[in-house]
Formats: sequence, structure tokens, C-alpha cells
Amino acid sequence: MPLYVVHRVVSGLVTLFGITLVSFGVIQLAPGDPAQLQTAQIADAAVSQRVYEQLRQLYGLDRPVHVQYGMWMSRLVRGDLGSSFHDGRRVSRKIGEALWPTLSVALLSLAATLVVALPLGILAAVRQGGPFDKVSSTLLYMLYSVPSYVMGMILILYLGVRLDLLPFRGMRSDHYAELSTWGQMWDLAKHYVMITFCFTFGNLAYYARFVRQNLLEVIRQDYVRTARAKGLPERTVILRHAFRNSLIPLISLIGLTFPFVLSGSVILEYMFNWPGLGRLYFESVLGRDYPTIMALNFITAVLVLVTTFVADMAYGWVDPRVSYER
Amino acid sequence: MSAEPAARRPRRESRWRLTWRRFRAYRLGMAGLVIVVSLLLVALLAPLLANDQPILCRYDGSLYVPAVIDTLHNVPFTERVIQKRRPFRLATFDFKSEFDASRGDWALWTPVPFGPREIVSAPLLGPSATHWLGTDQSGRDVLSRMIHGAGVSMRVGFLSMGIAAVIGLVLGSIAGYAGKTIDIVISRFIEVVMCFPTFFLILAVLAWLPPRIENVMIVIGLTRWTGVARYARGEILRIRESDYAAAAKALGFSPARIILRHLLPNAMAPVMVSVTFGIAVSILIEAGLSWLGFGVQPPDSSWGTILRAGYENLFTAPHMIPPPCVAIFLAVLSFNLVGDALRDVIDPRLQETRA
Repeated sequence: MPLYVVHRVVSGLVTLFGITLVSFGVIQLAPGDPAQLQTAQIADAAVSQRVYEQLRQLYGLDRPVHVQYGMWMSRLVRGDLGSSFHDGRRVSRKIGEALWPTLSVALLSLAATLVVALPLGILAAVRQGGPFDKVSSTLLYMLYSVPSYVMGMILILYLGVRLDLLPFRGMRSDHYAELSTWGQMWDLAKHYVMITFCFTFGNLAYYARFVRQNLLEVIRQDYVRTARAKGLPERTVILRHAFRNSLIPLISLIGLTFPFVLSGSVILEYMFNWPGLGRLYFESVLGRDYPTIMALNFITAVLVLVTTFVADMAYGWVDPRVSYER
Repeated sequence: MSAEPAARRPRRESRWRLTWRRFRAYRLGMAGLVIVVSLLLVALLAPLLANDQPILCRYDGSLYVPAVIDTLHNVPFTERVIQKRRPFRLATFDFKSEFDASRGDWALWTPVPFGPREIVSAPLLGPSATHWLGTDQSGRDVLSRMIHGAGVSMRVGFLSMGIAAVIGLVLGSIAGYAGKTIDIVISRFIEVVMCFPTFFLILAVLAWLPPRIENVMIVIGLTRWTGVARYARGEILRIRESDYAAAAKALGFSPARIILRHLLPNAMAPVMVSVTFGIAVSILIEAGLSWLGFGVQPPDSSWGTILRAGYENLFTAPHMIPPPCVAIFLAVLSFNLVGDALRDVIDPRLQETRA
């Protein structure tokens, strides 16, 4: 077991190193740099050239690529993500501000997914082949094929514009400061509804199908037959004996899907004018803000690796049959 | 040598025929296939469906087939071989204003008689009898642009997954066949690419490349190959130990020949499934990128750019939102349906695996 942990941590670090290398390469090899972008508007060619040189020196862009990478790495090891090329603010600060909007939506979305998908999946599995199963399976399958941004546009058009029910730009209304505490909470909640739904429905459909599939497999097991033979009520058999065992694969599914919700969605956040990580990434890419892009790539990769690792560990904790020995 | 008469030997069905026979039993898969084929037909025949020049016409005493030649130009390099006759070839020539019935001119028009770039009326008009889906912000016919957008989506879907399949098959089969250090290195590389949020990588690369549809295809292809590579590696690993692989090795065949002739054909099944799902994802990514302004550039049309135009004129011209939404949904749904059916047909053990 400790050997397995060491193995995973080491291979994770290797992967992480590879990711920073690829990110750095992609960013550096591409034409155009932030200094050029920022001096493009200076009319006087000589001044423009001088400022350009100075900026390149300031950003360290005049050094060879491997030196730049080394500088970035040594700062990273000391826990410093650098300053944004765009507005000079600390990258960690910028990410910190964008983290909560994205994280809150991701957590809400995960909670909503589980709350809806688990009962749906169980009901469909218990009445396999029945009308509820057929209708819900078809609907969920169709829902799964709706791209999230298409759903976003439809919701904005019908709920946001036509019916004027829900706001769809940003996190708060313009008059947020004037509202009472309850009014502020209500206002925030209304802003969360549509974007959270867009993050949720696809996963929800997939999870429900997944729960149904797993439960159907577990129901065929011997111990479920034994539980039934003991004369336990069907409810107990399903919920205590079958369902709890079908949850195990769900853990690794969460581990696989959650990091991608967590990294935010560029299109959805842009569409809903949501000040999260996805939009920050989009703006950084447009502004050639190297330190912010690198930091975001790095953090996303860490999140992916950590969540899959945690999911794998949890897997073994819930299911003692899983062995980590090779 | 074989004494068995040909007539008594059971007729051997080819793998593809067998797959097709089983596939036909899946109603949903067939429904998906019908949509896929219709979308492909719309994409291929777009110039015959919506065009600012007619299919067949008489102009100033001679016959012309401009829309037919436009359609032929869908095939690469045909522009070098066949060209429209003058004056239809000229960019400044406007058949509709030159048309003169008194001279004996007549024309057989396409079902939608407007080109995707042709400015036909006032901007942002709602749906009407002439413009079924209304007009866009520049006064172009939305239906015509939707029809021509299908070509973009299909091309991106198939070509980018073609690139991805080649990369994935090469890397996956090398990793699976060679094993040991090479396998570890390639597997680690696959993991690195998988850990990368694909969309971020695509965005990062496209921010620097000139925004052209070819670049979108290449970048999607370069980032979406990991699923194919993993399946190919797994399958090759599995069948590498089989008797026929050992026999091929014993005959002294080169590794390349063993992989290409003996292993890959038997490893293609899960790869096909992965590619089908991949096409759906590529179509999705292309429309999303075009929505963000990184994909198809004006004046060309894509479902994503039409959707974006609808988003920007949300309060004045929302009629541009539902058509691309429906189109993107149908495209994604149909490829998913085909992929699911294909997976069940080829290998039921693969249930509930995707990407």
C-alpha cells in the first residue's frame, strides 16, 4: 500500500513535469508575444521598438527558452506563480478571485447531479424495462447529446429573454449593493440557476445511466439473491445490499469527471459573463498572458491528478477487495 | 490440397458484412445512421441545395450549369480540372440582375435560391415565405448559411478524427507491440495529453495560428487521439500473444508487417467506436470554437458562427438561435447513436465506455 502511494506520487510528478514542458513549448513556439501585442499601438516606430525591447527584457523573453523555463520552474518550486503580463497583478491573486465562482458552480453542480441522478438510476433499474425505465432512458440519452453551450443558448433565449425569468449576465445584478441581505442572496441564487444547470445536465444524464447499469449488474449477484431469500423487504435489499455496492464504480466516475467541471468551461462562462477560471483563461490567451496561462494549465493538471488519485484511494477504502499490490 | 468442394464449404461472411447485418437490427443505431447520411448528403450537395447561381440555365443563348460545377468543386483539386464557363466564373457577375427573360433566358433554381454569402435583403429579418429562417446581421439568408455550415461540420468531424485515428493507431500499436520502455514512455505521453484540458490546448494553439478551418481540424486531430491510442494499445497487447501473431512472427515477418497486416485489422473494432464518438465531439468543439471566434471566419458560415450572431442579437433577432442548436444537437445525437450501436454490435463487453 505505501509502495503504491509512492509509485503514484512519483508517476504523477513525472506527468506534471511533462505537462509544464508541453505547455511551455506550445506557448513559446507560437508566433507573437505579449511585448509585441502591448507595443502594437505605439505609432512612433523607434519608440515602439525601444519599449518592445524593454518589455521583453522585463518579462525575460529575451532569454533562451530553457532559461525561461528554468526561471519559471524555480519560482514555482518556491510557490510563486509570477505576475500577470497583462495588468501586473499577482497571478495567484487573479486565480484566487476566479476560483470561487467556478468552484461554487462545480460543487453545486456535483451535488445536484448526485441528488437527481441516484434516485433516477435506482428507479429505472428497479423497474427495468418498464415504462419509467424506457421513458427516462430515452430522455436521458437525448439530454446527454445536447451540448452544454447549446443548452445555454436555448435557456438564455427562452428563460432569460422571452420569459424574462432569470438573469444571465454575471453573478450579481447592477443594483446588488442596494439590496437587503435576503435580497442579495435571492439575487445571487437566481444568477446561479442557469449556469449551474448547464454544467449539470450532461453529467446528470451520464451518471443516471451509469447508476442504472451498475445496479442492474449488482442485482444479479449471489448476495442479493441471498438477501431476498432471507425474506428481507425489497426496499432493504435494493437500498442496503445492492445500491451501496453499486456506488463503488461511481467514485471513480466522479474522480474522472469532476476536475473538468472544476477547470471551468470557456464557452459557458463567456456566454453567462461568469467571472470564473474559464473566462480568465480565455482572456489570458487573447492577451498572451504567459504566466497566467502557465499557472492555469499547471493548476488544472494538478487537480486532475489529485482527484483521480483520491478517487483511486477512496475506491480501495470503500471496497476492501481492491488490492493496490501489483 | 483442400478436398472439400466449394459448394459444401459454409459461405464465409466478411467481417464488415457481418457487422452491417447485425447493425441493421439496432433501430436507434439505424435512425442515427439515417441522420448521419442525410447530413453528409446535405454537406456534399450544399451548392445544389442553396446557391446564388442556378442548377441549369439559359443565358444569352447558351446553356450553363454553374451550381453543378460548384458541387464538383467539393472534391479537392477539381478546380484545376474543371471551371465554370465565363461569365459565371467571374466574381463580379451577378446572374440575377443580368437575367433577361425577353432574350429567352430561363433558369432552373436550387431549392433555396440564395448563396451563403449573398446579401439578399435587409439584415435581421425574421422568418418569412422567401427566407424560411430569416436573414442574418448582414442580410444573408440563414437557411442557405445553415446548409453550407453542414459541410464545415462534417469536414471537421471526419478529417480531424482521421488525423486523430492515424496518430492514435501509430502510437498505440507501437506501444502495445514493443512493450517495455517504449510502452512506458508512450503511455506516459498519452497520460500527459489526456490530463490536458483539450479545449484549453486547442484554444492556446489557435490563439497563435491564423484562424482558419484547416488549422481547427489539425489542432482537434492533434489533441483528440488519446482514446484511439489507448484502445489500439490495449487491443494489440491482447492479440499480440495470439497464435496467429506467433505464427506470423515465426515466419520471420517484420514487426511493421505483423502490426499492419495481422494485428491492426483485428484491433480496428474498438477504434472505430472511439472514432465515431470522436466525430461527435469534434463537431461540438468546432461549433464552440467558431462561436468564440476562433473557427470559421466571416464571410464563411458555420453553425457556430450563426449561433454567435444569434447571441449578439439576442433581443432583436433571436430567430438565429434555434436552427444551429437543432443542427448541432442532431449531429451529435446521430453520431452518438451510431457509435453506441456499433459498440454493441462489435463487442458487447465494451458497454459504457466512451471517448
